[in-house]
Amino acid sequence: MKEKTLFEEDLKKLQKIVEELSSGKITLGESLKKYEEGVKLAQSCSATLEEAQRKVEQLMKKDGKVSLEKFDDIEIEEK
Amino acid sequence: MQKLSKLENNGLPSSRQSQKLENNGLPSSRQSQKHIYTVSEITQVIKVLLEEKVGEIWLEGEISNFKAATSGHFYFSLKDHGALILGAMFAHANKNLKFKLEDGQKVICFGKVDVYGPRGQYQIIVERIEPKGVGAQQLAFEQLKKKLDQEGLFDARHKKPLPQMPFTVGIVTSSKGAAVRDILQILKKGASGVDVILRSVRVQGEQAAAEIAQAITDLNNLKPLDLIIVSRGGGSTEDLWSFNEEIVARAIYNSRLPIISAVGHQINTTLSDLVADVFVETPSAAAKIIVDKKNALLARLAGFKYEMNFSINNTISDLKNRLTAFTHMLKSPRDHLFEKQQQIDELFSGLNYNMRHALELAAQRSSALIQRLEALSPLAILSRGYSLSVLVSQGAILKDVGMIKPGDRLKTILYKGAFTSAVLEVFNDERKNLI
Repeated sequence: MKEKTLFEEDLKKLQKIVEELSSGKITLGESLKKYEEGVKLAQSCSATLEEAQRKVEQLMKKDGKVSLEKFDDIEIEEK
Repeated sequence: MQKLSKLENNGLPSSRQSQKLENNGLPSSRQSQKHIYTVSEITQVIKVLLEEKVGEIWLEGEISNFKAATSGHFYFSLKDHGALILGAMFAHANKNLKFKLEDGQKVICFGKVDVYGPRGQYQIIVERIEPKGVGAQQLAFEQLKKKLDQEGLFDARHKKPLPQMPFTVGIVTSSKGAAVRDILQILKKGASGVDVILRSVRVQGEQAAAEIAQAITDLNNLKPLDLIIVSRGGGSTEDLWSFNEEIVARAIYNSRLPIISAVGHQINTTLSDLVADVFVETPSAAAKIIVDKKNALLARLAGFKYEMNFSINNTISDLKNRLTAFTHMLKSPRDHLFEKQQQIDELFSGLNYNMRHALELAAQRSSALIQRLEALSPLAILSRGYSLSVLVSQGAILKDVGMIKPGDRLKTILYKGAFTSAVLEVFNDERKNLI
């Protein structure tokens, strides 16, 4: 979950790096550093999107108290 | 309708009866008994006559002068082209009214005629009322839609943007319905990283609207959600009615999280659709929005990678080009020497050229002179028949006869050859005679 909340932030950072690199206004040393950082960000963002694990939960409410329970969607798929 | 005409038939004779009664009453008071009614008494008589003889009826008319009092009672008039009757609908009767009464509305109502003594008015106390023409439900829908529209619930400026990528999605629908199955299947196939929190509710029937609204509120209070899908599979207009309820529309409007409404199939547009930030025609389409977002982001990330590679390659090749340019600009002492040598070479070749040119000019001039000189040569004159004589003793060319005397030896040169001779006689100034 932490990874996911950072996603939009990472995406913003990445976009800024892409812009900086294409402006050609930074030194070669900076460019290489930014490039490395950008490639890492792009990879981690892609990985977050491609992540295959997921949870399907059901919000239950009893006497005003809420709880999350695993929702079995296997049964649904078979129908 | 049968009932209506029957009632009217019942009503008419009774009103005639009442007139008859009045006729009976008035003369009797004037004549024998001298019974004088008080206002209250006669009103009471009228009240009894009207309320008992006319009683409960069905009435058709157009509403005008509608007023909703703070007490909750409704007051209005019902009219047609020829008459008008006052009407009242008390709070207990109108509280379950599905639509809003408005001036100009054609209605059919059920109620009883009543006399309101303090004002000397008769009126109909309406218990039930139905709009004429359209169904009550449809009218209620149109009215609620208009009301919510006027309040701005459908305004584009209230629409919240969906997050770039919803990683955790809340779903409000029935856990047993087709909608949740469709959504989960599409997410599993296309966006398998997305977490789902389902809040199962009834999606039709009396309780459904309240449950849907509550579920939206509950999911809003769960922190990590990115958006909510409010959904139900296809069904009849009645089946989908809960999604037209005001309580649902308001819950959607008040939601902090963006909401996708995906109710029914294609043609059904519910109020929840109109209030939601995004609305799609089917539950599957709602899930596809999320899948599309994921794919769009992946494509964007690929674009970023390409752009970064392009930029860095550009930066490097640009630097290389500048380096080459700088190298050219830097000169070694040897390069200076070469440069001077080259200058010298250039000057030298210039010099050569100039010299050659000067010599050629001189040669041309000298040959011209030689030609002129040749023209003046004595030999050329001799060739024309002239001769040249030399006084041998002195070696001088003869130009004047005074230089010689007879007996002198002369050598004469002709164009071809020469000879010597001796002077025989000298003539002074005999040039004319000579030739």
